[in-house]
Amino acid sequence: MNSDVPVTSRRQVRRVAGAALGAVSLLALSACGSADPAAAGASASPVTFKPVKQEEGSQITVWADAARVPGVQAYQKAHPDVKIKIVTYSGDANGANDLQTKVRLFDRTGSGWPDVAFSANVNDGSWTTQGKTPFAAPVDKGLIPQSTLNGFAYGALNPCKFNGTTYCLRNDLAQNVLWYNKKLLDKFGYSVPTTWEEYEALGKKVAKEHPGYLVGTAGDAWSPEVYFWASQCPASTVTDGNKVKVDLQDAKCTRMAKLLDSLIAQGSVSKDTVFSAGFVKNQASKVLMLPGPSWYGQVLFNSTFKIPKGQIAAASPLKFQGDAKNYTGNVGGGLWFVSSHSKNLKASADLVTWMTTSNEYQATAGTYPAYKEAAVAWLAGQKKTGYFAQDVGPVFQDAAELVWPGWSATQYSQEAIYSSTVVPALNSGKTLTDTLGTWQTAITDKAKSLGYTVN
Amino acid sequence: MTTHLATERSGRRGGRSARNPVGRAGYVFVSGYVLFLLAFGVLPTVYAVWLALSNSRNQLVGIGNFTRTFTDYRFGPAFLHIGLYLVVWLASLMILVVLLSLMLHGRMRRASTTLRFLFYLPGALAGVASVLLFLILLDPAASPVGWLLKGFGWNTLAQVNAPGHLPVLFTVIAFWTGAGGWIVVMYGALNSIPDEILEAARIDGASTLQIALRIQIPMITKWIAYMLILAFAAGTQLFVEPQLVSLASWGMIPDSWSPNQLSYQYAFQAGDFNGAAALSIDLLVLGLACAALVVFRTGLFDRDER
Repeated sequence: MNSDVPVTSRRQVRRVAGAALGAVSLLALSACGSADPAAAGASASPVTFKPVKQEEGSQITVWADAARVPGVQAYQKAHPDVKIKIVTYSGDANGANDLQTKVRLFDRTGSGWPDVAFSANVNDGSWTTQGKTPFAAPVDKGLIPQSTLNGFAYGALNPCKFNGTTYCLRNDLAQNVLWYNKKLLDKFGYSVPTTWEEYEALGKKVAKEHPGYLVGTAGDAWSPEVYFWASQCPASTVTDGNKVKVDLQDAKCTRMAKLLDSLIAQGSVSKDTVFSAGFVKNQASKVLMLPGPSWYGQVLFNSTFKIPKGQIAAASPLKFQGDAKNYTGNVGGGLWFVSSHSKNLKASADLVTWMTTSNEYQATAGTYPAYKEAAVAWLAGQKKTGYFAQDVGPVFQDAAELVWPGWSATQYSQEAIYSSTVVPALNSGKTLTDTLGTWQTAITDKAKSLGYTVN
Repeated sequence: MTTHLATERSGRRGGRSARNPVGRAGYVFVSGYVLFLLAFGVLPTVYAVWLALSNSRNQLVGIGNFTRTFTDYRFGPAFLHIGLYLVVWLASLMILVVLLSLMLHGRMRRASTTLRFLFYLPGALAGVASVLLFLILLDPAASPVGWLLKGFGWNTLAQVNAPGHLPVLFTVIAFWTGAGGWIVVMYGALNSIPDEILEAARIDGASTLQIALRIQIPMITKWIAYMLILAFAAGTQLFVEPQLVSLASWGMIPDSWSPNQLSYQYAFQAGDFNGAAALSIDLLVLGLACAALVVFRTGLFDRDER
């Protein structure tokens, strides 16, 4: 064999390779620790927070998304003596997880954490409070006064609360309401439903009398948060530390699945998502009603669907006839974190407080402020735009307090699970009721893989 | 590489390399590459092996991380997905690239310069940018080829992205972004076949098909093998395509569709770098095994025919 590598060196290569392989297999055989990451001593209750050595007046690094950066700049302008370094990043919007990725790496290298971080992912409260040294600093242990925390809407800080401690401040609420096109509804001679039963009946009527018009969509990643959360379905209820209850066969889940299945079959609930190019092009003008988050008003109807002024209005979340009161869900809502590694906790906490509570910034923000006083100012601003057919203020304020507390913020995303398991099944012709089992397995598997105990 | 081999050979001939300045220059030339190879190739691999065999408290755990990731409910599906994808992708790459380069070489010599440039162009675009382009192409409502998608009966992005379509979808994306470069390489390989051989075959009455099957393809087998190794390695590492298509479709593709994505989930969602390293070692072993198989079966590094 006339080869490029001489025979002797080939032998050498083999010998070296053999030795390396032998060394690796020796290492592989000499096991003395447990491979289970849960055994690493990550107890359910986080360790007590010990701040690092504080340096007064030191520069703070703020990570925020493009929508929030102007707010941080406004803070800088109002507080010229605070040294701030602003870093624009994705803000974890639309399923991105940059903050988590970076923090995991910083945890390994032992430096680099931002002092303040904004996240548009309402679930980020979960992992930031876990681990040996959780990224988020508790804000209710002296960092931010209780009076400020009390100023947030009821339940607004729930995604920040773990084991009774609050770890972040809520930027905005995304409480769900019943959006409807008042002009179309009046034209068709229908009245706004107040219960899910009326909603279902109207959906069937629409399918018969005005085929093509829609009363909802079930193909959005956040459909579970719009329908199943409002139905008080225990899809992920964190009961204690790392224990989570997942029960999609509960009557409160199946009632919503049946309702949606019947309307999907009739054609008045779409299997598409409202932001798909096809939906915006062909169905946007045929949306009669749409249960959805408060940000749908400006973001979806005004900017994306381009529905003219004076047509869109909001009604209170729907109630099931058998229930004592109506509940609603919540699609997102940003969080502000102060890093537990910050050398200037005082300046960081002050910035976070200003960003979430000041009228100066929140009154003109794009989304409904979680801080009650700021929300009043924000609603006044919405009224001034004159976009909505009726004042949405009372409905929004009402819905803000109606978010069902049994749907927990978890390390896994309900949205990702729904859209990768349920949406494809719906599109292949299965019903939601058929898919509940697969969906349940998907949630359970994912939860277990992240160290939750499922029961 | 050539310099390195040349020095080795001159050394063999009479131990002249110590006195031969050309020999020493060779080491200088490769040193830059070797440094970067060590820093960004060898050391990370060694670190990954260490991580895969230990836990977060730096204790050795043997093959614990491997068995743990192997029993993960996402492990089987991820490797099944990537297996299906590789079958579709490697088969289409081999057949289409060889076919297109043969056609370029034989039939359309005049237009071939332009065509080669055109084939190469998408590959010259950054990979991610090309994938982004596909995000628009795949949505029937926005796509310029929407009529084609609708012709298949797919009217929404959700129908295009159905789980069964994914291996083919990713193949189309990968082919568009990566095959052009290989067509140019194969064209070069075909050019290296001496004209006399083709001439002789033609005089002997061989048809174009016979020339291609009996002479051209056997003479570029090594190039095809080389392409297979690299395409296999790149294919098992699939990450950008599923990740971006998933983002664009609001998560319709599972976040751990491919093994590399699963590894990413381990490292950055669960903070379990050891499990992630074990998965990457799985991929490394797979890639090495495939390369070894192809190298020894085709004699890729043998210099002359026996």
